[in-house]
Amino acid sequence: MQQSNTYVIVYSAVLTIILGLLLSGSAQILGPRQQKAIALDKKKQILGAVISAEEIGAMTPDQVNEFYENNISSIVVDINGKEITDGGVTAEKVEIAKDYKKPADQRSYPVFIYHAEGNPSEVKSYILPLYGAGLWDAIWGYIALETDMNTVAGITLAHAGETPGLGARITEGEVQARYVGKKIFDESGELVAVEMMKGEGKDYSTDDHKVDGMSGATITGNGVNNMLKAYLSHYEAYIKGKSQTAVAGL
Amino acid sequence: MSAETLEKAIEKKPAEALLSKRRKRIVADPLVDENPITVQVLGICSALAVTTQMQPTLVMAISVTFVVALANVVISMMRNTIPSRVRIIVQLAVVATLVTLVSEVLKAFAYDMYKELSVFIGLIITNCIVMGRLEAFAMGNKPYDSMLDGLGSALGYSWIILTVAFFRELWGSGSVFGIPVFDYVSSLFGPDFSLATNGLMVTPVGAFIILGLIVWVQRTKTGYVEH
Repeated sequence: MQQSNTYVIVYSAVLTIILGLLLSGSAQILGPRQQKAIALDKKKQILGAVISAEEIGAMTPDQVNEFYENNISSIVVDINGKEITDGGVTAEKVEIAKDYKKPADQRSYPVFIYHAEGNPSEVKSYILPLYGAGLWDAIWGYIALETDMNTVAGITLAHAGETPGLGARITEGEVQARYVGKKIFDESGELVAVEMMKGEGKDYSTDDHKVDGMSGATITGNGVNNMLKAYLSHYEAYIKGKSQTAVAGL
Repeated sequence: MSAETLEKAIEKKPAEALLSKRRKRIVADPLVDENPITVQVLGICSALAVTTQMQPTLVMAISVTFVVALANVVISMMRNTIPSRVRIIVQLAVVATLVTLVSEVLKAFAYDMYKELSVFIGLIITNCIVMGRLEAFAMGNKPYDSMLDGLGSALGYSWIILTVAFFRELWGSGSVFGIPVFDYVSSLFGPDFSLATNGLMVTPVGAFIILGLIVWVQRTKTGYVEH
């Protein structure tokens, strides 16, 4: 009896339904908590561009939310640097990964403004999201620019599937620290971004636009370079607009 | 069946002790003599991939233990109903469900771990230890014994990957569970002294070397020879 086709078919169907119910049930129950965890993780990544991973690691989830609430304000701009205010778009809701599939001029570009505790007018730095392709899968991150809109205040990088010990090192604080203090515009005002070089162990401290590479992870490094260049150029209009007002303010 | 005959039946066959000698062996055998990694050479891929640090390795070990033990119990309970022609796919469906549950729970309660381990948690499905135990044991034994068998195999797997991770994190990153042991030891010997970490340990090659050494030590002690 157990070998009959009907038995096999019915057995498989019943099993599928039971397991399916189990899975969708658990997804329903855990869903809200997962959404919270994802939102918290995003805030941690944004903050990661301006404060160290150790400091964030020491905070409880509530502290992260509170710090974010008090120190980050955000706007959304378009490719021309104009603020988008209609349609209820908020920077936190923009999904960079989904937006990435659209042509560059149709995406929304969130800007996270890091300011003094509870005082949005005293800006410390501007945090911009990044998204691109590494060697195996997507890479993303956030770059923080100082108020001169030229100096890198910090960067945080993450990846979906780079090689552990090689490309995956972009998540390490030591690699990310190499970007701090670099400039994204050259003397003539041309956007050159910051380039990660091939090979590791050379000293680029005198060069404003180059950082030491990661040995064995040149393609991931190139991915980071392309991502930086692309996203900084998408934000160029906004950045230039800001730096002009900064100069006028002087 | 009347109460009398039922009593007799119980008298005739006294229940086996919860941890009888035979059952202890089911748990203990896979720890060393029948170890899934070092003797049966199963589950190598994850042993290489997740063992760069202790913490994710521990989460992986717990997840695998949960999946193997529970899958063994579930399949053992179903074993008399499973049509043999589709038994592999039935096992796979059960394992995949359990693994998805683990991954969903991690995503909700330990998101950082989920991010770090996501691919490898999914790959528990393909961990040969899981399917191996289902086919070799759970399909022909009672649920409780199957659970013990699953626990034994999972513990055998766990202690090996934790040992590998201990040495890889210590030598590769100079720390244990994220605590910077090398920095501390270096500071004891004055400011000019520093222990260097070995980048090779962070790559999968390092895992092969450590695993090889463990197998060597173990086989020297047990005298096991491959036939």
